Amino acid sequence: MRQIIRRRGDAPRDPAPSRWSYRAQRLWLTPLFRSVLRVGIPSFLIAGAVGLYASDPANIQRLQDSVAEIRRSVEDRPEFRVNLMAIEGATPVLAEEIRATLALDFPTSSFDLDLPRLRARVEEIRAVDTAELRVRSGGELAVIVTERRPAMVWQAREGLWVVDAGGERVAPLLARPRLVDLPVISGDGANDAAEEAMALFAVARPLGDRLRGLVRMGERRWDVVLEDGPRILLPADQPMRALEEVLALHDAQELLDRDVARVDMRDGTRTVLQLTPQAMAELRRMRATDITGDRNG
Amino acid sequence: MSMLYQSQRAMRAKRQEAMRRGVIAILDIGSYKTSCLVLRFDSSDDLRPSEEVGAMAGQSNFRVIGAATTRSRGVKFGEIDTVQETERAIRTAVQAAQKMANMRVDHVIVSFSGARPRSYGLVGETSLQTGTVTECDVARALAACDVPDIGEGREVLHAQPVNFALDHRSGLKDPRGHVGNRLSADMHMLTIEAHAIETLLHCVKRCDLELAGVASSPYVAGVSSLVEDEQELGAACIDLGGGTTGVSIFIKKHMIYADTVRMGGDHVTSDISQGLQIPAADAERIKTRFGGLVATGMDDRERIELESDTGDWEHDRRSISRAELIGVMRPRVEEILEEVRATLEDAGFDHLPSQRIVLTGGGSQIPGLDQLASRILGNQVRLGRPLRVQGLPQSACGPAFSACVGLALFAAYPQDEWWDFEVPADRYPARSLRRAVKWFRDNW
Repeated sequence: MRQIIRRRGDAPRDPAPSRWSYRAQRLWLTPLFRSVLRVGIPSFLIAGAVGLYASDPANIQRLQDSVAEIRRSVEDRPEFRVNLMAIEGATPVLAEEIRATLALDFPTSSFDLDLPRLRARVEEIRAVDTAELRVRSGGELAVIVTERRPAMVWQAREGLWVVDAGGERVAPLLARPRLVDLPVISGDGANDAAEEAMALFAVARPLGDRLRGLVRMGERRWDVVLEDGPRILLPADQPMRALEEVLALHDAQELLDRDVARVDMRDGTRTVLQLTPQAMAELRRMRATDITGDRNG
Repeated sequence: MSMLYQSQRAMRAKRQEAMRRGVIAILDIGSYKTSCLVLRFDSSDDLRPSEEVGAMAGQSNFRVIGAATTRSRGVKFGEIDTVQETERAIRTAVQAAQKMANMRVDHVIVSFSGARPRSYGLVGETSLQTGTVTECDVARALAACDVPDIGEGREVLHAQPVNFALDHRSGLKDPRGHVGNRLSADMHMLTIEAHAIETLLHCVKRCDLELAGVASSPYVAGVSSLVEDEQELGAACIDLGGGTTGVSIFIKKHMIYADTVRMGGDHVTSDISQGLQIPAADAERIKTRFGGLVATGMDDRERIELESDTGDWEHDRRSISRAELIGVMRPRVEEILEEVRATLEDAGFDHLPSQRIVLTGGGSQIPGLDQLASRILGNQVRLGRPLRVQGLPQSACGPAFSACVGLALFAAYPQDEWWDFEVPADRYPARSLRRAVKWFRDNW
């Protein structure tokens, strides 16, 4: 009879899968089992390992230290070092001021420079209009500055200020004694209307040296003050046209050379002249003679 | 009968569940080979019939996604002989098919040819309660069939209604909706030995699979290899397998008779092995390579070397002519065909309107079989191959796989069986609650 009980070693090669390998293959073909084994268990193990490591604060501290150290070592490389600062477009005085403001301690790493904050600090200086900061190759911090252009002297309550065409204060006049020749404005809020003032100065150019300056009245309108002549009161709206009218009158009838105390242009429909007391007396006398003359004649 | 009813319904429920999941395995346990197909059922559009591609005889809603064949071991005469060996063969086939399909299958439909099938024709008659025939009346007519004594230890495998007659009109395919007085149903019942099914169930369970259906291999071979008009007009399918030769007779698209002849290709092989004194493996090789049934003068000159390695020079250097081989094979094949003819005569095949005979199965590939068969069985003999189904590999398209393919078709389009109809209420036990429920459902 053929051997029924199978003993180890005498089994011929059998192409059939064993019961267990058959079951294993069927299990492996089960979609749920497959997804659990290939995705679920690895992700669970990774999450568990990370959680176990992170549960100890000393580990986290060590991790943070090593990260900081690596970061430091990268930042300290000579490629990222900034050695000097170059300031362009500023006068030496302003350049000194900028250096003093930034107070950078060279050499430093370019990672430590907070360029937007530095730029804000540079632009806080009154004389600086805009500033541009960039780290150039070769470890150079370039500060490209656009200065404010002094346009006028503003006689404010707290002193004399040099202001630019937009009305921003550039510096006290005492710091810039060479700028005395600039046109002068005065009055409260004069700098707020600086653009109008510049336009008025442009219109008033024919007056030349006779123009002393502009006075802001009630933060609303301008008075033109002349060296030897009447004070011109301009309206709040369209002051340029009013000044042009006055200048035209001056060209035609030499109005400003006459003995007039004020030229009042505030009323748009008429020009009101205030004569000096002598002129007024003279006028009266001339009128009286005219009348007597007539009477005589 | 009630037990059978329950178990067959349970198998049907499993089959429907597998259909819902969309994957089912087909297992054909033969004496020579065990093959497994994995079918995928889906309603995706690429399987729908379109302009160029037809409906493929209505079997286009499934696709073969895994196929494997292995040498059967432990199966004799189409019955499981050694359980462990058969189980290994099933495991090999199922594992390879699963691997090809890359999908796990849990439900399996099995066909086998042996276990001495026996056909019975039953007639049941009932009078209609209402004027028209309803499904309930059909069930009652089927239940009224008087079951013959099928013998001790036998089990019903198929019980298919094949014909309905209403009063004097016979040949109704579907009597529902007809008006009449008496409905009679003809049923074809196929019984097999019970131990075969029990052993099979044990094997399948040991492979962690669930049995979702059992079919007789002659029947499914006929389903796949007979073309539609042959099934309609009447034909016999002869499935020449390894251990058995299955005979099934179809008419009006129903199987009306099935039987097996317990002889097949393995007997031819053993004849060669005994007659030529060579091992069975060599005999099988020579049979498939040089075998034939009709000798010509050419065959005398064709020599076949019978090489062996016994050490005896004379014995190792023998050679025979092909005519001698044919002389060994032919008597056995003639014997098989004679038996088939006797079976067909018993079944009354002569009385059918069409006498078409289709030879299929692995044995039908012997050259010259059609000439021999037409001499013995009659003129209308042809060799049949199974229907082409989608995704079936080229290696599984031969006539040896007609039972396999037929089983796939059977799984996709099952025939109505007796247990597919509801049990009529008066068949339930008298005091059963289910009877009350049934009565309410039928009458309200």
